[in-house]
Amino acid sequence: MSFINYSAREISCKIVYYGPGLCGKTTNLQYIYKKISPDSKGKMISLATETERTLFFDFLPLALGDIKGFKVRFHLYTVPGQIFYDASRKLILRGVDGVIFVADSQVERMEANLESMDNLILNLKEHGFNLEELPYVIQYNKRDLPNAVPVKEMDEALNPRKVPAYDAIAPKGDGVFETLKDVAKLVIMELKKKS
Amino acid sequence: MLNPGLVLFEEDSRLIDKELQKLNQLARAKVSFLVDKDGQLIASIGETGDIDTTSLASLTAGNIAATGGMAKLLGEKEFSILFHEGEKDNIHISLVGQRAILVVVFDDRSSLGLIRLRVKRSVTALTEVFDKLAEKMAKTDSQQGGSSPFTEITEEDIESLFG
Ligand SMILES: Nc1nc2c(ncn2[C@@H]2O[C@H](COP(=O)(O)OP(=O)(O)OP(=O)(O)O)[C@@H](O)[C@H]2O)c(=O)[nH]1
Ligand SMILES: [Mg+2]
Repeated sequence: MSFINYSAREISCKIVYYGPGLCGKTTNLQYIYKKISPDSKGKMISLATETERTLFFDFLPLALGDIKGFKVRFHLYTVPGQIFYDASRKLILRGVDGVIFVADSQVERMEANLESMDNLILNLKEHGFNLEELPYVIQYNKRDLPNAVPVKEMDEALNPRKVPAYDAIAPKGDGVFETLKDVAKLVIMELKKKS
Repeated sequence: MLNPGLVLFEEDSRLIDKELQKLNQLARAKVSFLVDKDGQLIASIGETGDIDTTSLASLTAGNIAATGGMAKLLGEKEFSILFHEGEKDNIHISLVGQRAILVVVFDDRSSLGLIRLRVKRSVTALTEVFDKLAEKMAKTDSQQGGSSPFTEITEEDIESLFG
């Protein structure tokens, strides 16, 4: 959950990248880390296996600027997408303010996307959250691959509520900041609504 | 939503800083800090110079979350204290109520016994601070409005963050 500190004049929010194994969550964070100027970011932490699969989480703290004299911090996390890491995945959702669901556009991963989406809804429920009430956007990643499912079909399968959805090629950075910016905006608007 | 975000006012920060200062000094610790269970740093005191406290806060919360998960599997409620021993530095981690985590880093200028004693007292004091804070937050919630910096925020303000 967001944390407002009047003494330090800071606001922190937690944003979680969710999605099936190998869909490109960690790649999103790596691209953001590469592009953000050193004074706006902290260290990126990756708790990963020897083969670079996320084991517990990636963490990247950003401090992009001020709003009304308050420094706004975003703490970005990714979950491990592999099915058997579900216990860890659940823990990362604790206190989440906004979710980015990264889908893998390859046709053979559609099943995995759907499974991961169901898993997200279930795990949020265990924390008392409802995905429909949470700042939430979707990213269709790996649009560069020849076996990518048409966006219209992806929408039909994964986005019945028509939340904002962005095409992306994460290693090139296409769509990466658009996705982040949009969820950040929704998170801040939510804070405004609650204030 | 289940639990509202944490809001810390200056008087709360002062109380917390004072308690941490006292703990750090009396326990002869290197660094003492307080972390929200969601991974955000609330306050830090001591020789923080070359320590990345933001990362440490996030990993501490991950650590507590993971051991909490383990406890559940074993039918325990929670492991309320964790201790990691290093060659030079040691880390003592304990829960403060339902909301926060107290972390103390110390070397051989102190001892585990002393740390345990001082931490226990500080946890009691800090729990009180957080209980009061929870009461206050519940009250301001029902009063509606308040002085949140976000009430007058515009789309442009958010846009400007991303330059
Ligand atoms: N062609 C292509 N490859 C991508 C794209 N995004 C990510 N990849 C590759 O997919 C692989 C997996 O990416 P990761 O970012 O590690 O995936 P992840 O979602 O973090 O996976 P887990 O940690 O197991 O959950 C890497 O080799 C990336 O380079 C993309 O848009 N196009
Ligand atoms: Mg990963």
